[in-house]
Amino acid sequence: MLTYVARRLAYSIPVLLIASFLLFAFVRVTFDPTARLRASRDPSAVARERTRLGLDKPIVVQYKDWLVKFVQGDWGESSRSSERVYPMITRALWNTFQLIFWGVLISGLIAIGIGIFSAVRQYSVADYAFTSASFIGLAMPPFWFGLIAIQFLAAGPKNWFDLSQPPLFFVGLHSVAGSPILDYPRHLVLPVLTLTVQIIASWSRYERASMLDAINADYVRAARAKGLSPRQVIFKHAFRNALIPLVTVMALDIGLLFGGLIVTEKIFSIPGMGQLFFDSLLQGDANVLVAWTVVTAGFVILFNLVADIGYGALDPRIRVA
Amino acid sequence: MSTLPNRELLDVPTEENQPLPPRREFVDEDTVIRSQWRLFWRRFFRHRMAVISTIVLILIIFVCFNASWLAPYPKNHQDLALGATGPSMQHWFGTDDLGRDQLTEMMYAGQISLAIGLAVAVISTVLGTLFGALAGYFSEWTDQFLMRLTDLFLVVPAIAILAIAIKKFGNSAATIVLILAGLGWMYIARVVRSQILSIKEKEFVEAARASGASHKRIVVRHLIPNTIGPILVNATLAIAAAIITESTLSFLGFGVQPPTTSWGRMLSDAEGYVGTSKAHLLYFPGLALLIVVLCVNFIGDGLRDAFDPQSVR
Repeated sequence: MLTYVARRLAYSIPVLLIASFLLFAFVRVTFDPTARLRASRDPSAVARERTRLGLDKPIVVQYKDWLVKFVQGDWGESSRSSERVYPMITRALWNTFQLIFWGVLISGLIAIGIGIFSAVRQYSVADYAFTSASFIGLAMPPFWFGLIAIQFLAAGPKNWFDLSQPPLFFVGLHSVAGSPILDYPRHLVLPVLTLTVQIIASWSRYERASMLDAINADYVRAARAKGLSPRQVIFKHAFRNALIPLVTVMALDIGLLFGGLIVTEKIFSIPGMGQLFFDSLLQGDANVLVAWTVVTAGFVILFNLVADIGYGALDPRIRVA
Repeated sequence: MSTLPNRELLDVPTEENQPLPPRREFVDEDTVIRSQWRLFWRRFFRHRMAVISTIVLILIIFVCFNASWLAPYPKNHQDLALGATGPSMQHWFGTDDLGRDQLTEMMYAGQISLAIGLAVAVISTVLGTLFGALAGYFSEWTDQFLMRLTDLFLVVPAIAILAIAIKKFGNSAATIVLILAGLGWMYIARVVRSQILSIKEKEFVEAARASGASHKRIVVRHLIPNTIGPILVNATLAIAAAIITESTLSFLGFGVQPPTTSWGRMLSDAEGYVGTSKAHLLYFPGLALLIVVLCVNFIGDGLRDAFDPQSVR
């Protein structure tokens, strides 16, 4: 097991390094931090700024300098607010993390429930209903669902969530007025619902498929033949094995969510990673964008690693291959 | 008389009510020779949702691309005195703030959404098939290099990279297609590679090699035609993904710019009306996206079944 983990880890680190180099170079050639000095009356201003920022050096040297500082926690400062990038990212990350946490918790539990039910009652009316619902869920643009949810649940006569007081970035996921205990869920219900609809469809399909595989496997027939109760067969024998593929898929999807909630956060004004990216992109804030892309890519790689290790831990056959 | 109830008596198999085993003869007069394609279409037509979806999708494509004579009003025709109204007999999908008929607008916007989706799917499928086939056929370091490259592409958050790229290269429809395709081929490449890896060990490939076929001929004439099923299924998935991605980018403001519209762009314009009486602007473009993607997914499902010889349908 240890060599397996070490091997996966040894593979992840170069991927992260190369990915971060490409992202760094990509953002560097896209955004010019000296753009605002173009109109300066001093013709040497741009050249001086370029030297100060080290932009006159080769890209590899720039990357090396950036990497050394990045590892030490010095992520530069934002060009629009002169704030340090590191606290900006961690603050946004915390808000996004809360959204992901609740979304994944709720959709994971419901998806597993639906998956088991649909597999055990295959081709029943409920199974068909869940299947149709998941087809619609997979086809629905997530941002459209978010807007529809606001339209029907948070606007007009049925203003259940009163989103007119937006969450404030320096307070977190609740606004200044109102009690924080009620304010917190009030601002999270709809975004979490949108996120849930986005991911629950594919997860429940996965769980259904792997549960069906498990139910039709020989060891389940053996367990049934030994005379175990249906409940024991389903939950102790089939369910545990059916969970393995789902755990892998969940880990991969969670990794993608850290950079994948741009639209959801924008619709609900959640001051998270998506919002930060959107604002930084519109204003060409290169330092934030570099840090943002590298951090989100890091999360994808980290959760790929988690999926690999989890798979290896749950299924001993994987470790050998 | 017997004390058994009648029903049980009927269920007892006897010589008379037992069905006869089917007669097996070498050649039946009714045997129809079915070609591969005939079997394919047979299985496809058994998938009811796929057939309905094909019809609906063809209808939507036909209506959108014939908007110039089907649309009830000219493009961009404004009726400022009318303003935004809900659905009515004159304007089935209502009008927006400038009094533009939404049905007309949606037909023209659909052209862009559908064209981008199809173009992205075609380009990324061709690229992915090419890279996947190369990686699968020439093993070792070509394979390693291409697969590590796809690993890298899959690591970066797609929407973010697309948005930055569009910011750099511009947001004309053609640029958006190239950017989406350039970042969308990896998935198909992986599928094709894994298929080729298993097929290239088969006897017919060995036979082709033994009879002196070149690498190019083996890949183009023997390997790729045998992976056409997964390629087509994934191409439909790519259409769906491209349409959703384009609408998401447009919604964020990084898609096509006015006067060109797409369904995502229309939703982006309608975002400000959420919670007002003009919310009908929001429903129809989203519904169109939902229906088109649903149809494409069902067709993909039907193709998957049709290409599977073991399919029971």
